[in-house]
Amino acid sequence: MGERIGLEVSLAVSEAVKLARVDAVAAYPITPQTHIVEELAQMVADGELDAYYIMVESEHSAMSACCGTAAVGARTFTATASQGLALMHEMLFIASGLRLPIVMAIANRALSAPLSIWGDQSDVMAERDIGWVQMFAETGQEAFDLTLCCFKIAEDPRVILPTIINIDGFTLSHVVEPLELESQEDVDAWLPTYVPVHVLDPAKPTTVGPVGFPEIYTEIRKQQDMALIGSYDVVLEVWESFEKKFGRAYKPVESYRADDAEIIINLIGAIAGTARIAVDRMREEGKKVGLVRTRLWRPYPFEEMRKALGGAKAVAVVDRALSFGGPGGPIASELRSCLYPLDKKPVVASYIAGLGGRDVTIEDFYTIVAETEKVLETGYTDEYKMIGVRE
Amino acid sequence: MAEKSTDFIPRLLPPRELFAEGHRGCQGCGEALALRQVIKVAGPNTIVCSATGCMEIISSPYPETAWRIPWIHVAFENAAAVASGVEAGIKVLQKKGRYPEGKINVIAIGGDGGTADIGLQALSGALERRHNFTYVCTDNEAYMNTGIQRSSSTPWGASTTTSPSGKESIGQNVPKKNLPKIVAAHDIPYLATACPSYPLDLMNKTRKALEVEGPTYLHVLSPCPTGWRHPIDMAVEMGRLAVETGVFPLYEIVNGRLKLDMVMEKREPVIDYLKPQGRFRHLKPEQIEEIQKVVDEYYESLVYRAECDAKAPEANADEW
Repeated sequence: MGERIGLEVSLAVSEAVKLARVDAVAAYPITPQTHIVEELAQMVADGELDAYYIMVESEHSAMSACCGTAAVGARTFTATASQGLALMHEMLFIASGLRLPIVMAIANRALSAPLSIWGDQSDVMAERDIGWVQMFAETGQEAFDLTLCCFKIAEDPRVILPTIINIDGFTLSHVVEPLELESQEDVDAWLPTYVPVHVLDPAKPTTVGPVGFPEIYTEIRKQQDMALIGSYDVVLEVWESFEKKFGRAYKPVESYRADDAEIIINLIGAIAGTARIAVDRMREEGKKVGLVRTRLWRPYPFEEMRKALGGAKAVAVVDRALSFGGPGGPIASELRSCLYPLDKKPVVASYIAGLGGRDVTIEDFYTIVAETEKVLETGYTDEYKMIGVRE
Repeated sequence: MAEKSTDFIPRLLPPRELFAEGHRGCQGCGEALALRQVIKVAGPNTIVCSATGCMEIISSPYPETAWRIPWIHVAFENAAAVASGVEAGIKVLQKKGRYPEGKINVIAIGGDGGTADIGLQALSGALERRHNFTYVCTDNEAYMNTGIQRSSSTPWGASTTTSPSGKESIGQNVPKKNLPKIVAAHDIPYLATACPSYPLDLMNKTRKALEVEGPTYLHVLSPCPTGWRHPIDMAVEMGRLAVETGVFPLYEIVNGRLKLDMVMEKREPVIDYLKPQGRFRHLKPEQIEEIQKVVDEYYESLVYRAECDAKAPEANADEW
């Protein structure tokens, strides 16, 4: 077990990347991710990390260069947020389609307009279908641990897919938290040198990124989908082996006081900390409220979510992203689809909160639960509700 | 009688085509010809990073491939950024002993759209970062892959599907972007203009570009029978006419000094180049005169610059 220290979470991610001994980093500065790549640049400058750091001229080129480094067999990392992720959009599909196991950290941030450097999850929710393995951390320790896990998952020969570790911008990325870093020796033993499956090598020429005509495109997409669905077991396996080695356990879904709960709050990311306090207070007041935090976003943990939420009367889903004019926040609409096959299913109420750096407070969770009680009594009045709007 | 060198030299070239025959290029494609010559010189220890475009789609219809060397296509605007990654990745992995030793040529290839328009930023970034790679722009002066739409590299007066000539339009109504000049502003050690109609020249320039350490650039005019609307057996001749009229002067810029490959005091009239091409068919005599004037002025300015550069001290004289 490592030493317990206080560290900014961004820097904890950088530490994990260093301990993973990445070979290449290509990144472009954008708030609130920048501390991660600044720290990596410093590590390279100080000779602590033996990697090629490509200081690209845009996020589009960052992901393009990552495709290049990964294609020749380099363990590759990048980080971005918000507009940067949006600029990468085109490349994200290609990175997964070409089966390049790049690891990316996203310090989740709002999308413009109006311009906002502050946190929410609109950026990554717009990238739901890119075909990457995607997960969300709540704490600094989790950010550190999951970053290490991402490399092992992405590079597993059964997966070979790019992988995202999401950390909430500012509320997680910029806070100093107590956490344990692991030793290089232990990480080396758990995460050996990357041995790529496919490499651009003149000794064995391959054609990467060809044209796929209609008679083959569907089959290639099917293969990719099988790989992403199949990555689920590998994710579980990697988390189990991580627990064995380092003693900290991770599951696709995290339940808190949810077993007998009538109303369960479902959310993703760092606001779970506040939600837990709200749940405790409401429990003290005799309300049967619980919390389920979804950690693994892609592949979506259908069975675990059904198990964790299927027994409740209602699920109050809190999204830090808005699907304008749609069926509710992205987490809520995924959950509705997930629960739909159940004979007896909870009511799913969708709430939008914490946009563009707006705090999600304990009071907000009280409001959300009260609104959900109303929905239980009278049924839906809105597809979704925005919480904390000043009118 | 002794063989002429032009008869003899081709026999010294490696006969094996690493950019293989049987691809799906149009008949008489000047771009495929250029690529074949470049890849012949580059040889087997080469990785090609291709932008989306004609050469990409004709060479890689899965499960077929025309590439006997490692080849990667990622997207349209990022061949230079992908090449940056490939070059950087090889460098770091060779240092760590995890990639076979030896020199690997990293070549990025893009058309004029993928280079002068949508890929300009990625190209500038890769040049500025001094990656050790060669960028080859095969310039056929429009978006031919999508059906002959104008690019910033389309010459003034050319009719394309998005700059059509008509009662109120001359066709492309702005001059061709001078991309080599923009690339030269990055102060890279070597750049050259070339044309597959002069195969030995193109191949020698490719050799030089690959030998030089650092980013190098080849701007290759690639006649396109489909888009230029000239007969399919005239691609080589069109390239020659482009050079002989001064429309596309061949030069090298080595460490900042420009050298014209042949100083032609008497050049063919531009009408000889324009006339066989359907894209210029609508031009009136006075418009052709205007083109002649612009071509002459530009050519004379290059001659003057080459004279001045010849007298200037070379900043960073590398031998090859």
